Amino acid sequence: MSNFSDPASPAAATARSKRATDLMRQGLAARHRAERRFRRYGLIAIVLGLTFVLFLLTSISATGLPAFQQTYVELDIYFDPEEIDPEGTRLPKTLSRANYAALVRSTLRHYFPEVSERRALRELYKMVSSGAGFELRKKVMQNPELIGTTETIWVPTSDDVDMLVKGHIDRHLPESERRVSDQQIAWIDQLMARGKLEKRFNTLFFVNGDSRQPELAGIWGAVMGSVYTLLVTLSLAFPLGVGTAIYLEEFAPKNRWTDLVEVNINNLAAVPSIVFGLLGLAVFINFFGLPRSVPLVGGLVLTLMTLPTIIIASRAALKSVPPSIREAALGMGASKMQMVAHHVLPLAMPGMLTGAIIGMAQALGETAPLLMIGMVAFIVDVPGGPLDPGTVLPVQIYLWADSPERAFVEKTAAAIMVLLGFLIMMNALAVYLRKRFERRW
Amino acid sequence: MNISAMQQARVAAPAAATTIKMHTPEPSFQEREFAGTVGTVTVDNPKIVSRNVNVYYGDKHAIKNVSLDVGANEIVAMIGPSGCGKSTFLRCFNRMNDTIDSCRVTGEIRLDGEDIHNQKLDVVQLRARVGMVFQKPNPFPKSIYENVAYGPRIHGMTKNRAELDELVQLSLEKAGLWEEVKDRMDQPGTGLSGGQQQRLCIARAIAVSPEVILMDEPCSALDPIATAKIEELMDELRANYTICIVTHSMQQAARVSQRTAYFHMGDLVEVGETSDIFTNPRHKLTEDYITGRFG
Repeated sequence: MSNFSDPASPAAATARSKRATDLMRQGLAARHRAERRFRRYGLIAIVLGLTFVLFLLTSISATGLPAFQQTYVELDIYFDPEEIDPEGTRLPKTLSRANYAALVRSTLRHYFPEVSERRALRELYKMVSSGAGFELRKKVMQNPELIGTTETIWVPTSDDVDMLVKGHIDRHLPESERRVSDQQIAWIDQLMARGKLEKRFNTLFFVNGDSRQPELAGIWGAVMGSVYTLLVTLSLAFPLGVGTAIYLEEFAPKNRWTDLVEVNINNLAAVPSIVFGLLGLAVFINFFGLPRSVPLVGGLVLTLMTLPTIIIASRAALKSVPPSIREAALGMGASKMQMVAHHVLPLAMPGMLTGAIIGMAQALGETAPLLMIGMVAFIVDVPGGPLDPGTVLPVQIYLWADSPERAFVEKTAAAIMVLLGFLIMMNALAVYLRKRFERRW
Repeated sequence: MNISAMQQARVAAPAAATTIKMHTPEPSFQEREFAGTVGTVTVDNPKIVSRNVNVYYGDKHAIKNVSLDVGANEIVAMIGPSGCGKSTFLRCFNRMNDTIDSCRVTGEIRLDGEDIHNQKLDVVQLRARVGMVFQKPNPFPKSIYENVAYGPRIHGMTKNRAELDELVQLSLEKAGLWEEVKDRMDQPGTGLSGGQQQRLCIARAIAVSPEVILMDEPCSALDPIATAKIEELMDELRANYTICIVTHSMQQAARVSQRTAYFHMGDLVEVGETSDIFTNPRHKLTEDYITGRFG
């Protein structure tokens, strides 16, 4: 203490600064340690996160990739006039009602002439998908000339055969414990040896709607449902959200009422999505009498859900426009509307677009509110517009995950891959738009 | 209660503009010392006449009963320490304070005898007549051409593209920027140097042919060479425009202005011919400030 008895003396000042330097040096090591420790924590967190993402992606791809292939069997179909159109009228009605499955069966009998017992025949027939008949009908309806000719056609096998070929059914299990009999395995091996059975790219998965037969079930219905739903959502939520943000940020007086509106908007962003589904059910379906299960109502519900996200993002984007630009425009004699339209909005647009796309991505992945308005239904037809019954990708995933057939496991994973693909595309678009329209000032 | 009373006062302002004077409960030392503006606030051929202007930011009384005239084709410099209200007062002339929610202005300001707070006078038109150049160069993030063409375009001042081109060139020439930018009119205005940006802002302001140009510390973000160019430009512009400039630099005020107004804590302390103010200040506060004792 004696050193500091005269705080003004130069000696005391030197001593003080030396002591301060010593103290600082002691503390320095601890400070560096703390920093290194924090960096390590960060690194560990990132590595862990990446590991989990990698794990997730590998597991989904490993399960889902086989779904992009499907086992097909080659059939030499004789379009028997006796079977299709015995009277030779070629009327579309007759052609459409004919028993095409019989053509498939006769070809199969022809392949394995030694099979004659009824039970064995039924097992043989079961190996080809019931979709094969529809395929033949489509071909004949398109081109009636085919009748009377023989054509080689690849048709999908049943899901059990597909699973066996892909190795998901263990052929070494006792016969009673698997869905494919020893006899069927023998036929499969024979067909493979003859080159009449092989795995091919599964186009059906990308063009079909939902089906109870896993080998016929496709994602296109859900994709179109999602597209229509999101179109409705985007065309409503974006203009409404941006308009609201502009009004609140630029025009509304700052008072208790606008504060209340702001608090409510922020709270809406945190409301569980299923509540919006209930609201949609009560308002759009029960009160306004809109049809159930349609993308229009789904889009309306998702609009309600996305609006807060878009409004908040748009307001943040508007806030980030420097006040100097506003002053410059106003100082030139621009009206408030001109200031917003000519200067503020173009500068805020990248942020608004990013917010909108993030909101859309959120809407694309939403399931719960759509369950409440009936978009969870089993719908085979691909929707042709926002008023056709439809479902969306996440709901389709949910439906397939719930199905008992083994083949739906890989369909589920494949649908998840498609959904993730869309999400990545949308996020990439958001990044691109931000980079493209970002202006420096 | 207090606020609503003020609002009533504001409504009544055009009629009884001269009587509103607020006294803070505990006036500071310097305020008590102050007693009215020293020097003559009026001029012979005024462009702008302001009488008893008060500005409040919420409860803060930022400008206290200031009266000041600005003569035609003269440069008036407003000086004073930071926070003295000189910028606030300047922004009254084109009603830029309207854009601040908590800000209220009372008193009377006339441009060519016309009350600028008159309901019939559109603020858009006022700002076209009273242009403004800001402290930080703030060109729009658009091309140089678009920056200058923006004002004429929104006010519909030109009939066709050729006329607009001519006006843009004329404005840039007046601002002394034409030679430097004529080959890159389509490049962004934000890519220019600080001094060029500020001259672009001046060109943008004069493109709408204003009568008055307000400059709020136009050189505070610029280097001495760019500052010299702007000062030279102001001297040329004086032939056609009336200019009010707020500045922190007393040398600048001495160089460019004909009259100088010294503000202190919201009061207009002293007004006079620039040469008088700097050589022979009459008020103690003015003297302290220009001799560098504070500020």
